[in-house]
Amino acid sequence: MTDTKNSRRTIRFTLNGRPVAADIGLNQNITEVLQDSFGLGGSRESCGQGLCGCCTVIMDGKAVTGCLTLAAFADGASVTTVEGLADGETLSAEQEAFIETGAFQCGFCTPGFILMTKQLLDENPDPDDEEIRHYLSGNLCRCGAYPEIVKAVRLAAGKRRNA
Amino acid sequence: MAGTTTTVGRSFPRMEGRAKVTGRAEYVYNLRLPNMLHAKACRSTISHGRIRSIDTSAAEATPGVHHVVTGADICKVLPEPFYGPAFHDQPILALEKVRHYGEPIAVVLAADPHVAELAAQRIVVDYEELPAVFDEVEAMTSDVIVHEELKPAGTFADLKHLAGKRDTNLALDYHLRHGDADKAFAEADRVFEHTFSTQQTMHTPFEPMIAIADVRNSAATVYTSTQSPSFVRYELARLLGWPESSVRVKTSHLGGGFGAKVYVKTEALALALSMIAHRPVRLALTMEEQFYTITKHPSTFRIASAVDKNGKVTARKCEVWWNGGAYADIGPRVTQKSGFTAAGPYNIDNVSIDSYALYTNRPPAGALRGFGIPQLVWAYESHTDIIAREMGIDPVDFRKRNILRNGRMQAVGTVVKDGEFEAILDELAKRMDWDKPFDRGSGTVRRGRGVAIGFKASISPTTSSAIVAVNADGSCIVYCSTVDMGQGSDTAMAQIASEVLDIPMEKIRVVNPDTDVTPYDMSTLGSRSTFHMGHAVRLAAADAREKLLALAKEIGLPEGHNTPVPELFVRKFGMSAGAIIGSANYIPDFTPPNYSTGQSPNATPFWMSGATGVEVEVDTETGQMRILRMINVCDIGKAINPVVVETQISGAAVMQLGFTVSEEMVIENGQLTNPSLADYRIPGIFDMPSVMESGFVAADQQNGPFGAKGVGESGTFGVSPAIANAIEDAVGVRITKMPIKAEAIYRALCVKQGRELSDD
Ligand code: FES
Ligand code: FES
Repeated sequence: MTDTKNSRRTIRFTLNGRPVAADIGLNQNITEVLQDSFGLGGSRESCGQGLCGCCTVIMDGKAVTGCLTLAAFADGASVTTVEGLADGETLSAEQEAFIETGAFQCGFCTPGFILMTKQLLDENPDPDDEEIRHYLSGNLCRCGAYPEIVKAVRLAAGKRRNA
Repeated sequence: MAGTTTTVGRSFPRMEGRAKVTGRAEYVYNLRLPNMLHAKACRSTISHGRIRSIDTSAAEATPGVHHVVTGADICKVLPEPFYGPAFHDQPILALEKVRHYGEPIAVVLAADPHVAELAAQRIVVDYEELPAVFDEVEAMTSDVIVHEELKPAGTFADLKHLAGKRDTNLALDYHLRHGDADKAFAEADRVFEHTFSTQQTMHTPFEPMIAIADVRNSAATVYTSTQSPSFVRYELARLLGWPESSVRVKTSHLGGGFGAKVYVKTEALALALSMIAHRPVRLALTMEEQFYTITKHPSTFRIASAVDKNGKVTARKCEVWWNGGAYADIGPRVTQKSGFTAAGPYNIDNVSIDSYALYTNRPPAGALRGFGIPQLVWAYESHTDIIAREMGIDPVDFRKRNILRNGRMQAVGTVVKDGEFEAILDELAKRMDWDKPFDRGSGTVRRGRGVAIGFKASISPTTSSAIVAVNADGSCIVYCSTVDMGQGSDTAMAQIASEVLDIPMEKIRVVNPDTDVTPYDMSTLGSRSTFHMGHAVRLAAADAREKLLALAKEIGLPEGHNTPVPELFVRKFGMSAGAIIGSANYIPDFTPPNYSTGQSPNATPFWMSGATGVEVEVDTETGQMRILRMINVCDIGKAINPVVVETQISGAAVMQLGFTVSEEMVIENGQLTNPSLADYRIPGIFDMPSVMESGFVAADQQNGPFGAKGVGESGTFGVSPAIANAIEDAVGVRITKMPIKAEAIYRALCVKQGRELSDD
C-alpha cells in the first residue's frame, strides 16, 4: 500500500495563464487537484475511465482526460481549464455559441465539449459536420444534446471567423 | 388563462447558461466542507446470501482510516434503519443478508478518499450463498424468497393490505377491468397474442449520486444531488424521529437525474455516517456504484387483442410483470400508475389489465424517464403493428381506426380531455411523407420505416407549493423545491412569475431547493413540474400581485395607476424596505380508483403523448441496422419555452435510443459484468440518426398553467417499437426482446431463412 505521508510533493505549473504551486498526493489526478486545491469545478469526474470527457483539460496544448492524468504530470506544464476561456465577463466564441444554440441540458459534460470545440477550431477553423462528429466522438452527453452541440460548433466557427 | 402572453411562450436561453459554459455552475459534486471525511463502501460480490462475518481488521489498521462502519454500527444510531417510499424494506447497510450484487455492506471513513477506497477493498466478507432469482416471471412462483416479510411504508393506501405477508415476492398486484374482455374475445373475428420483454438498464446521470451530511447540535444538514428534497427531509426525519424542521436538505443544479435521484439514495447512509463520525461526511458514488443503486425495471408483457374484420380492436388483455429488483423503491407505483395505460392510446371497449411488481435479486429498479411507460409502449405498439400487418392494413391507418379521441373514456374510467393523440400521429405521418413512395433499398441493404405512439397519465394526486417575493426595488425571487437537473425548470418558473407580475426576466431569481427556505414539493419527477409547480408559482405570483394592488390602494393610489413598484414600497415604508410575499399550494382534483375494478372518473389532471417515426437500413448479411431518419412529435400543450421543449423531446429520444439498441446490464453467475461506461454502451455522437427532427403540435392544456403540460418523458415513448416496426418493414423479422442488437436481427434473419443459430 502507499504510505500517504511520503507520497506527497509540490508541483508548479501554469494554470489558465498564471503560475501556481500545489501540494499534491502522488495518487491524485489533475481533476481532483483542480477541485480541491484551486476550487475549479469545470473539470469533473463522471465515468472515471477516460470515456466521457467531463474531466477534460488542455495540457501543453493537448486535450487530456483529467481523470486519467496524474497531477504529478502537470509539474512544469501549462494547463487550461474551461474557467480560463472567458476574458473577464466576455465569453469566448465557443461559450457564446453553446448558450445560443441551447447545446446543453444539465451542463455536466459542457466544459469538456467546449474545450474540445476550441481545440478543434484551433486546428481546423471550418470543419464540416463529419469532422465535427469525429473530433467530438470521445465525449459523451447523457442528456443527448448532440444535435445542438454540432450546431454550436458550427456557430462558434462562424463567430471566430468573423471576429 | 386566455389572452396573449409576453414572456411565456418565448425561447429564453436557460438562466444558468452562463454558469454552465464557464464551468462555474454549482453541483453538489463540487462542494467541499471543512473537516469533512470521505466514505467508500465495500459491496456485495454475490446476489443473494447470508452474511456469516465481516472482517474489518485490515481496513481498520490502514493508516488514515477514521472509522469502519457496518450495518450493526448503523443500528446503534438509527435503531430502525430501513427506508423506501413504498416499502420500508431497504437497510442502510446490509443486515444479516445481502439481496443483490453490489449491495453496500460496510463503509470506510477517511480524510483522504484514496485511503478510504483502499481500506474498503481490505474488508473481507464471508457469505453463505443462497440461490437467487433474477427473472420477473419466475419470481412469481420461485422458491427463492427475497424478503421474509413485506413491510409496506403506510404512505399508500393500496399497499396497506400487504403488511406482514410472508413467502411471496409479489410487492403489489394491480388489476383493472373495463367492459367484458372475455366475452369480446369469445366473439372476436381475429385474436392475436404476443409476449415482449425489456432488459435492465441504468440512468447513468453524469454527476454521480452524492450526498454530504453534517449532523451536529441536534440538527442535520444534508447537501445532496437529489430530485426529491422534500421527500428526503421527510424520510430522514422519520428515521431520526425528529421534526422535519430539524432536517435541512439542500441541493443545487443536478448533473442529470432521469429518475435515478428520486426518493432516498445516498442520503440515509451519509446521515448515519455523520452521526457516527461527528463530522461532515461526503458519500460520492462512482459511475460503477450507480449501477448497484437504482435501475430501470426489466419487464415481461403478455398482450392479446380481439379484433373485428374492419380492423377495430374490440378487447385487449394485458399481463405485465415488473422486475423491481431487491428493494421496492417506487416500483409498486410504476406497477399501478403506469399499469392502467397498458392497453395503449386506443378506444377499446373491453380491457383487462393485470400488473405485478416482483422482488428479485437484481439491483433495485425505480423510475426512469417514463415511469414504466416505455416498457408498455414497446409491447403494445409492437403488437399493434403486427396486427395491422397481418390484417393487411396500413399501420398508420390501423392506429387511426382505433385511436382514443377526446371525449372518449379511457380504460381507467376517465374521459380524455386535451389529449392530442390523433393530432401527433397525423403530424408524424405528414413529416414522414407516409403517403409517398418509399425507397426500400436493394440487394443486401434493405430499408423500412415504422411508427409508434404512446401515452401517459400524469401521476396524481401530488402537491407543489411556491413562494414568490417581490423586493422593494421591484426585483423578484421565486422559492420552489423543483430541482433543475437540465430540463430548464428554473427558466420556466421565472418565465411564469415574470408573466404574472410583469417583471422582466433579468430581475428574477429562482432559489435552489433548500428545505429550510423553499416550501414543499412532492418531487421533480414524472414530467409533473411544469404543470404542478407551474401552477403553484403562477398562483403565488398572482397572490403577490394582489398584495401589490392592495398596497397601492392603501397608500391612496387610484385603480389603474402606473406608479412603479419601487415607488410603492418607498411610499409605504418611507424608504426602499419591506417585501411582498405571495404563496400558494397547488393540488389538482383527483378521484382515487375503486380498489376492485381499478376505475376512477378522474384519474389524472393531464395526458402526455409522444409519437416516433423512423426509417432504417438493415444489412441482411450482418444484421447491422442504421437509423437514417428519426422524427419525434409530442403533445406538450402550449410550450412555456419552445426551444427548451424541443431539446427535451430530442434528448429523451436519444436516451431511449440507447435503451433500444445497446444498453443492457448483464448479470452472469450472480455478478453484474458490465457496470461501467466501457462495457455498458450509451449513445455517442456517432449513434445519432443521420436526420433527426423533434417537434410538437399546436395544442392547449386547458387546465394547465398558460396551457402547458409536462414534456420530459414524452420523447421516449415511441422510439423502441418504432425501430422494431421499421426493422420488420425492412427485412420481415420481428424482434420481441430489447435491446435490439445486430446479433438479434441476424439471428432472426437466419431463423427466417430456416437455419437457426446455436446459442454460442
Ligand atoms: S471522468 Fe474522465 S473521461 Fe469520464
Ligand atoms: S448536458 Fe447533461 S450530460 Fe451533456
